Amino acid sequence: MISIWLIPGIILIVLITATLKNVPAYEVFVEGSKEGIQIAISLLPFLLGMMVSIAIFQASGAMGAILHLFEPVTRAVGFPEEILPLAFIRPISGTAALSMTTELIRTYGPDSFIGHLASVMQGSTDTTLYIITVYFGAVGIKKMGDALKVGLLADLVGIIASVIVVVILFS
Amino acid sequence: MVNLIWALLAIIGIVYAAFNGTMEDVNKAIFSTLDEAVMIALSLAGVLIFWLGLMKIAEEAGLLKGLAKLFRPFVRKIFPDIPENDPALGYILSNMTANMFGLGNAATPMGLKAMNELKRLSNSQEASRSMITLLAINTSSLTLIPTTVIAIRMKYGSEDPTSIVGATILATIISTCAALLIDRYFYYRRKRLMRT
Repeated sequence: MISIWLIPGIILIVLITATLKNVPAYEVFVEGSKEGIQIAISLLPFLLGMMVSIAIFQASGAMGAILHLFEPVTRAVGFPEEILPLAFIRPISGTAALSMTTELIRTYGPDSFIGHLASVMQGSTDTTLYIITVYFGAVGIKKMGDALKVGLLADLVGIIASVIVVVILFS
Repeated sequence: MVNLIWALLAIIGIVYAAFNGTMEDVNKAIFSTLDEAVMIALSLAGVLIFWLGLMKIAEEAGLLKGLAKLFRPFVRKIFPDIPENDPALGYILSNMTANMFGLGNAATPMGLKAMNELKRLSNSQEASRSMITLLAINTSSLTLIPTTVIAIRMKYGSEDPTSIVGATILATIISTCAALLIDRYFYYRRKRLMRT
């Protein structure tokens, strides 16, 4: 696995370059990392607030009910309905999406159509709501402009693209 | 819009729970989420502290500038508002590179640092054009190696766990291009609205 080498490799390159260029590595490290504490603290309220709201929505069963409403629509356009909850949750909650992907792969098998589709969908988009919350929260941006619209529309394209790509490549 | 979505998620949830008899689950979810959020922020803090320290060294050693120089023509097209040679470009590129290699926990700190630099440039409480573009790239997730998914596939006995890599790259390229196009579209629309 190449990925095991990546992070140690980056650390190695950074530290060797710094030493060669006489940068006081340790002092600079401490100075730079202080900012990390600040960022982590300032994003906590944004993160916590958003997560609680999503948790209420999910735990009440409202999300499942809304998904149920969409079923006839997706059946009409031929979207595989087993995958619908994942497509819906992927932009909203990363942990929920990951557990759903795991469940789909376990149930249908990793090499089935649904297994392939869940894998591609999980890998090709990210949790938009989480990213927007964390990124804007970290720098205290309150007016988000079109960010949410752009992110969600891109998710929609990504989900449709995953279905088309998997249909073409695997069947 | 976020205010509305945030409030509606909770309102719909609580009202639905009242009729559905799931109020106990809602109660449990609220308090377990509080712990979860603090845990996530704490583990993010560790990652942030480490990577921002390391990236500061990279910045002082001139590595970020080198990276920015290497990809300048490409990034300047995507982020036309950022002045040339600004450190923000270096952080944005580190964020994109980390994402591509599936280093999620290195990508976030660099992305947040990039947001900080962009805030220094715009000096306002409102999201700037470059910030929205950076978010668009991150939400569409520029992954080349989906490590987590491959691990799950291995665990459940896939005959070819990496078979989805090609499809994932294809889907991610489509969604990232779409994100950039949608971002551009909204930018020009904002500009038009401001003029009229």
